[in-house]
Amino acid sequence: MPAPQTQPLHLSGFTLSSCLGHGLTATRDALQAARTGLSSAPFETVDLPAFIGQVSGVDDVVLPADLSGFDCRNNRLGWLALQQDGFVEQVRAARARYGAQRVGVFLGTSTSGILQTEIGYRHLDASGHLPADFDYARTHNTYSIAAFVRQVFDLHGPAVAVSTACSSSAKVFGNAQRLIAAGLIDAAIVGGVDSLCLTTLYGFHSLQLLSTDLCRPYDAQRQGLSIGEAAAFALLERADANAAAGDDIMLAGVGESADAHHMSAPHPEGLGARLAMQGALTQAGWQTSDVDYINLHGTATPSNDAAEGKAVAGLFGNATPCSSTKGATGHTLGAAGGAEAVISALAMRHQFMPGGVNTQELDPTIPVNYLIANREAPVRRVLSNSFGFGGTNCSLALCRREAL
Amino acid sequence: MRCNVFLQGIGAIGPGFDDWSQLAGMLSEATPFSGEETRPPTLQLLPPAERRRVGMLVKLALTSGAQAVAHAGSDAARLPTVFSASGGDGENCHVLCETLASSDRSISPTRFHNSVHNAASGYWSIATGSMASSTSLCAHDAGFAAGLLEAVTQVQATQQDCMLIACDDHYGGALGKARPIADRMAIALVLSATRNEHSLAELSIDLSDHPADEQAPLPALQKIYKGIPTARGLNLMSRLARNEAGAVYLDYLPPLSLSVQVKPLQVS
Repeated sequence: MPAPQTQPLHLSGFTLSSCLGHGLTATRDALQAARTGLSSAPFETVDLPAFIGQVSGVDDVVLPADLSGFDCRNNRLGWLALQQDGFVEQVRAARARYGAQRVGVFLGTSTSGILQTEIGYRHLDASGHLPADFDYARTHNTYSIAAFVRQVFDLHGPAVAVSTACSSSAKVFGNAQRLIAAGLIDAAIVGGVDSLCLTTLYGFHSLQLLSTDLCRPYDAQRQGLSIGEAAAFALLERADANAAAGDDIMLAGVGESADAHHMSAPHPEGLGARLAMQGALTQAGWQTSDVDYINLHGTATPSNDAAEGKAVAGLFGNATPCSSTKGATGHTLGAAGGAEAVISALAMRHQFMPGGVNTQELDPTIPVNYLIANREAPVRRVLSNSFGFGGTNCSLALCRREAL
Repeated sequence: MRCNVFLQGIGAIGPGFDDWSQLAGMLSEATPFSGEETRPPTLQLLPPAERRRVGMLVKLALTSGAQAVAHAGSDAARLPTVFSASGGDGENCHVLCETLASSDRSISPTRFHNSVHNAASGYWSIATGSMASSTSLCAHDAGFAAGLLEAVTQVQATQQDCMLIACDDHYGGALGKARPIADRMAIALVLSATRNEHSLAELSIDLSDHPADEQAPLPALQKIYKGIPTARGLNLMSRLARNEAGAVYLDYLPPLSLSVQVKPLQVS
């Protein structure tokens, strides 16, 4: 293997809540049962013929009084997810160990708490003001989720929100990697939170990219995406910070690129996607044959899957098993990169490759080894792809510690 | 742990200035601060079809970026970028919220793809043909410092040049009332790991407990300094305009500030 170009980091804690359930056990159970969390149940006042991946219980979350200014769907979802899998205790331990100023917060989101603003616009007063209790900074602003998590844990270190559409919460792993490498912090909370709102549902509908059926990634008959919501978090620390175990999940590399092509359509040959995957492999010091499984971006839009398929086939050929888990979770947009990093971690921890659900008839024009059923097999190294509007691409190289 | 980089080129657009030389003139008190509203730049980049579709934030970001690239003598097609902004295209966001609150929720596809926080990054990549890494950040009022920190650590990690483009637009309608931004502004900085004949200054950056600078470099600038997140970088820009060594403390995440030691490298 070529030498890695970066120090690997340890995902010493991670959690995911999506329409598959709250926390890792529910997520793993749903994936192993090949169950989708998408449903045609209504959301808010949305009147579109679509399947949606709604997280249960978000409306019932009550934030603690000192955090009530942050109250909006996005931060409620973030709060709900933080309570799972002992994540709170893991962050508190890191804070105690390194100090509040040495733990960073880097989170991805595309729409933050905009649902709050969308509802507020229905209730403008006579002079055109939003309701008096509307809190722009702590709900609408894109930074809100990072400010919220920073305050939940009383952290005093660097923080930022990355908002590059659907690659947001993959790219945050790179921010953490760079600040840890610079010696400015010792640990970081990364991940992303994106919640259902009207902007994205009606927006993707306007682009004719919203499927009226369950989304079917890489299917010959695919007709668009299904939108979901999710909150994913991981705690990153230096590889040698904790007692090592073989099944520890490590971040080995991050690859980032731009398409330089179009605002809402991928490069037709998948050139940007290929650059991002190659970048992650190079940073990790891996060759394509080292990768056991690729968690695809796989949105189920005709153009995304065709372009990504070309990029994967061009770089990997047709041997490497791959699938999109968006048939199960829906496309969770700014949370997708974080969510799929956690799903990749589960695949490595429990040694299974999740097959893409909903997909019935594979697109014969995409020559990749797409799994439509779960496969139990050694999974030591995974590449996870996330691409977004504006032609932004990010690929994460994740592995078990024993595979470093 | 200090991070050191070389500043290679500057772009700037804001109230009373169309480029860095005009801002530098104001900051060195060679010319008075006119207080005029930010003039919309004439976008030179992008094919005409795209040029017609973009909002004011994108025009500001792309024009200031092109200025900085020209000043630095960089190749935009190979230059990684960090965009940092408090919000996206403000008028566009207001119109989308208005439409979604109306009885007809049909929104325009162009408005939707222009609503992403990384719209400026996407259009920059299309305009320059750059496939290099580009990110888009938000830190509410702390965007200038957060963006600078990210750009500097990118330079350090990759040993490649990187450009920061910090920019802010104001919202229309009800959002504008809830989140007033004094005016539009953009500052672009090309940063490098290595010194060459273009290097304007060496910047040494660290997180700090020192309080952020409360005062604008000139009293006349206090309103925009506090009223536009990107303007929190004006004390740094003032050191550069005056070719003056010393430390500035950028507004970041109180009580945390970002300390920047400025060492000018060009004889004025």
